[in-house]
Amino acid sequence: MFDTSTFIRLLPELILLVTALVVIFVDLYARRRTALGLLPGLSIVGLALSFLAVFAQWGTREVVAQTLAADTFAAFFKMVAAVAVILVVLASVRYMRARTRYVGEFYAFLLVATLAVYIAVSARDLITLYLGLETLSIVSYVLTGFLRDDKRSNEAAIKYFLYGAVASAIMLYGFSLLYGVTGTTDLQEIARRLLNGDVLVNMEWLAWPAIVLVTVGFAFKASLVPFHQWAPDAYEGAPTPVTMFLSTVSKATGFAVMARMFLVAMPALQSSWTALLYGLAVLTMTLGNLIALRQTSVKRMLAYSSIAHAGFILMGLVAVTTALGQPFNGLDGVLMYVVAYAFTNAGAFAVVAAVEDGTGGATLDHFAGLVGRAPFLAAAMLIFLLSLAGVPPLAGFAAKLFVFAPVVRQEYYVLAVVALINAVLAAGYYLKVVKQMFFVEEPERAPFAVARSMRWALWLMIIAVFGVGIFMNWFAFMASQGAAGMLGL
Amino acid sequence: MVPLSWYLTVAALLFVLGLYGVLSRRNAVAILMGVELMLNAVNINLIAFWRYTRPDNVAGLVFAIIVLTVAAAEAAVGLALFIALYRLRETVNVDEIDLLKG
Repeated sequence: MFDTSTFIRLLPELILLVTALVVIFVDLYARRRTALGLLPGLSIVGLALSFLAVFAQWGTREVVAQTLAADTFAAFFKMVAAVAVILVVLASVRYMRARTRYVGEFYAFLLVATLAVYIAVSARDLITLYLGLETLSIVSYVLTGFLRDDKRSNEAAIKYFLYGAVASAIMLYGFSLLYGVTGTTDLQEIARRLLNGDVLVNMEWLAWPAIVLVTVGFAFKASLVPFHQWAPDAYEGAPTPVTMFLSTVSKATGFAVMARMFLVAMPALQSSWTALLYGLAVLTMTLGNLIALRQTSVKRMLAYSSIAHAGFILMGLVAVTTALGQPFNGLDGVLMYVVAYAFTNAGAFAVVAAVEDGTGGATLDHFAGLVGRAPFLAAAMLIFLLSLAGVPPLAGFAAKLFVFAPVVRQEYYVLAVVALINAVLAAGYYLKVVKQMFFVEEPERAPFAVARSMRWALWLMIIAVFGVGIFMNWFAFMASQGAAGMLGL
Repeated sequence: MVPLSWYLTVAALLFVLGLYGVLSRRNAVAILMGVELMLNAVNINLIAFWRYTRPDNVAGLVFAIIVLTVAAAEAAVGLALFIALYRLRETVNVDEIDLLKG
């Protein structure tokens, strides 16, 4: 059962696992000074190797050990996760060193979280899906509360944990009903039995509550309104590099599993889950933006903004179609948005981390006159905010284009108009930060330097944000291949 | 033999009871106990469905065992967080942890 080809397909996961173990052991036996320099480097090498291992297998379409799908859809999300976590590691070098003694565990946990993402996005079985999602959640709680002597970090972790535990219990109840109705845990087999009516007699109606319950669990992971209450608190209280991780990789995973669950296991019930997601999308983007407007902490504002963006990503899933050969499929839009948003949002939170390092806080006041104190940070933040607002030729524009197009194409005009109004609303509060940075004078505060690894991370993200925007076609091609890998086009 | 629907009813009641505990309790440990009730409801569902529909296929059993295991891991992390919370503030009442809001 476990032969060479299985081994090769699992190589990206194995590399991550081995790297995590090596990090723990190096942390245990190396002197503290050596460890501090070595651990981030080791983690990055592991992540990069795992990225290459995924990239080398691009285009395969296999099932590993009957539970993991090695397809382009999973590969796409794995590559985004690997790159995003590399950026998180770069951004956390100085930040974590200044705040905790346990840096080794921090990087090990980040690697294990990435491994959980790998498993969750390629799971094609209810049990594996649950295992992947839950591993990711449990590791995320620990990462959020990593600064255990910091009241805010601890509070964030408690809130995240309590919401997360309840959401996953509700989702599991949905899984149990789905298993009961169809008698199988394999997603494709579930779809086949639902389609053929090969289900538990007189109990087929249980599939409806199952959809709702399962959606609760995914909506929690992707922080969709009304299951978002944990997100602002967790994002604000968590160490900022962890916030980078939660708001990009963890959220993308929520969308990946949601897409696979609905498109692979429940194509027969598409009209009902589309209606559900439609409502969630409208609620999420509107509420997220309205609350973001009146925030005074930039970190918290970005948290609400990231909730609003989840609504935009969801638009793509609403407009998904399994019809052949259409340009602008909704699922392409989801993948496009995830890439663009990962770089942009990770960038914005990285700037927040750097400002926190330099000034001790992340409220609008701390950003006042940033251009005079750290011109590079101010310029980087400007680029990320413009990208979040969707200004061409940046990544955010490409992302918005690829979710609006399928929505209009599928004739969801009301949704398109709501989204358009929301895009304008969002630009309002992004510009508030820009005004603080460039047009408010703050002569008393001294200039501050940015850590070298952080500068590297910011440069990479700036290049990526321009890259995705300018080479939109290439990314769209990859996204459509990724989507096709699962849709079976 | 007891019909399947009886088991499902008990599980549904247990699930709602757990959810009620989660929503009404203010003590973090009591909330965690509510969550455990919900997970046990899931397990009753899984085992009952397995026994009555596909006793030849072990998927339901495996699922239930994995749910048990993960629930234990989750409780370990949760209780560790609660202990850290108690050390910092001498309370595990969720109404009193309100530094982050807005």
